[in-house]
Amino acid sequence: MIQQLLFVLTLLVFGYFLRRRILQIRNTIRLGRQVPVTGPVAQRLRNMLLVAFGQKKMFARFIPAFLHLLIYIGFIVINLEVLEFVIDGLAGTHRIFAPFLGSLYSVLMNVFEFLAVGVLVACAVFLVRRNVLRLPRFWSAEMTSWPRLDANIILITEMVLMLAILKMNAADQILQQRDAHYTPTGKLFFSSLFIPLLEDYSTPFLIFVERFAWWFHITGILGFAIYITYSKHLHIFMAFPNTYYARLEPAGYISNMPVVTREVKTMLGLQAEGTPAEDVPAHFGAKDINDLPRTSLMAAYACTECGRCTSECPANLTGKKLSPRKIMMDVRDRLEEAGRNLRAGTKGLDDGKTLLDHYITREEINACTTCNACAEACPVLINPMEIIIELRRYVAMEESGAPPAWNAMFQNLETNFAPWKFPAADRFNWAKEN
Amino acid sequence: MKIPTLSELTAKGQSPDILFWVGCAGSYDERYKRVTRAFARILLAAEIKFAVLGTEETCTGDPARRAGNEFLFQMQALNNIQLLNGYGVKKIVTACPHCFNTLKNEYPVLGGHYEVLHHSQFLQQLINEGRIKLTDANHYQGRKITYHDSCYLGRANGVYHAPRAVLQALEADLVEMKRCKSRGLCCGAGGAQMFKDAEKGNKEINHERTEEALSTGATTIAVACPFCMTMITDGVKAKEKEQEVKVKDLAELIAEAQGLT
Ligand code: SF4
Ligand code: SF4
Repeated sequence: MIQQLLFVLTLLVFGYFLRRRILQIRNTIRLGRQVPVTGPVAQRLRNMLLVAFGQKKMFARFIPAFLHLLIYIGFIVINLEVLEFVIDGLAGTHRIFAPFLGSLYSVLMNVFEFLAVGVLVACAVFLVRRNVLRLPRFWSAEMTSWPRLDANIILITEMVLMLAILKMNAADQILQQRDAHYTPTGKLFFSSLFIPLLEDYSTPFLIFVERFAWWFHITGILGFAIYITYSKHLHIFMAFPNTYYARLEPAGYISNMPVVTREVKTMLGLQAEGTPAEDVPAHFGAKDINDLPRTSLMAAYACTECGRCTSECPANLTGKKLSPRKIMMDVRDRLEEAGRNLRAGTKGLDDGKTLLDHYITREEINACTTCNACAEACPVLINPMEIIIELRRYVAMEESGAPPAWNAMFQNLETNFAPWKFPAADRFNWAKEN
Repeated sequence: MKIPTLSELTAKGQSPDILFWVGCAGSYDERYKRVTRAFARILLAAEIKFAVLGTEETCTGDPARRAGNEFLFQMQALNNIQLLNGYGVKKIVTACPHCFNTLKNEYPVLGGHYEVLHHSQFLQQLINEGRIKLTDANHYQGRKITYHDSCYLGRANGVYHAPRAVLQALEADLVEMKRCKSRGLCCGAGGAQMFKDAEKGNKEINHERTEEALSTGATTIAVACPFCMTMITDGVKAKEKEQEVKVKDLAELIAEAQGLT
């Protein structure tokens, strides 16, 4: 009974923190510009199903894709067991599904154990790749101590949680022979290997071990759920909306600015659509997160910091400061900062800082070749280039601050209608020459 | 070369089947003008009813948009659309992937709806239809050619096959670079980088890419974009390989195999 009450209390505390955190994230994303979502819903759902649920883009690199798939399936399937945990915890029962499922139950338990071991192995390999083999994409400049620690915390926590399940099952199997309260599960493939280690202990101690592992696992999972909202691991949820809202246009398309269309049409004496007052932004392009579309902000929370984008970026590969992953991490950091400011009841975004300059420098955005390698590489359909273009727009149009060579190119375009300083009259000379 | 312009044809009450959009590099860049002429020769030889805009053509606005100057882009775009719509243009072919992308993807929301082809696609069609006769096909037979994917053709628009199909028609030995197709490495010139120096780094992007192309052992690097042409040609020069390795556009390779040069 005490355990049940404690469990209810645990769930309530968890629910409170989770809800608070979800609202925080929602509110920061809402700082962004609302953009219309166009294109067929069916195609969006298809993207979500293939890319987020089906992990399609992961398979461009087979080894990490396979290991990731193990953890992913493990996560989904073991959550079924968590459901049982929650019901047991509330009802004070033990393995409530077992009587209903009969012999299938022990099959399922064995499947869970295989998955748990799969997750253990995959996490271990990932830890080795990150910390021993030191894959370059996990050690580049923006991978400072926190992002590296974050990744390790997640992997280690997942391993500890899986060990807790195995340990709990081991103690449970011994208790099954000593006490009728413990529903028989039959011999479980992996946890039974731990039985010799525990067998000699007294029943009360084993009950303690089993309970401790149970509580450890469930509070661990709940705590982990809160933790990930502060971590790159949030991609396990955000990948779904992000792939749904990902743009459907050909990758080469850069979003149109209807406000500019209206102004230019008026200048050219063409019929301009829409009233001028409608959705006119404070300024052109983006200086801070509230100038960016909400989809870009959501993408920042969906980013797994995997660095696939950066590892394909021609600018980054040749030593330029630009890293598309850093762009996404900066947006997220700025979002979190703005969220903290707002909650502290202070200035919100008016804290003397902006995304441009305080997080992302001009040198970075000026290095982008708009080659789309980052978007192509991203396993959750993030497009860092869209953010880069928005920042460039601010610099070029609000500050006339583009690099001098670009300003010269603009001038050529205005006077000669070509980016170079050649007279328009010479445009057709190619046909006369040989 | 006698190249029909749209204004001449219109004055005669005629209209072409297709507009050849030359682009700024194709009009002004010494090296790419040769590509423009090669492609025009192919069109003439295939008796395509085409025209160009001549001095009426202006930049699509691509570099302005990518450098962040949306005003300038839209000025260019809306003026061009007025011109094209005024002539009733339906179909466009261009040898520049940047023009191709802008005309095809970015003009429709501004009121310009055209069927837009890149010259690699058009060449592939002509080859398939038997309208290009490769009389001098031996020219490249069995020779090692590697193809450098232009970002604005490949990743931006998914055109990976057409350029390769054109090269296959030459019966050349097509060797792929390690980073090719959707993983092809940029030449370094996109996103208006063509018009400024690279930011500080430890290597030029075009050198990185050229090294990769050279490592295939190909004696010809085929490109399909004026900016890639400049960047890879510079890269080959920097590696002092310009004697052994040639950088050629698809249209030039076809024109040579047709004996049109
Ligand atoms: S689009 Fe820009 S940021 Fe993305 S890979 Fe290419 S150069 Fe890097
Ligand atoms: S943007 Fe995509 S590819 Fe880049 S680090 Fe984030 S999740 Fe990985």
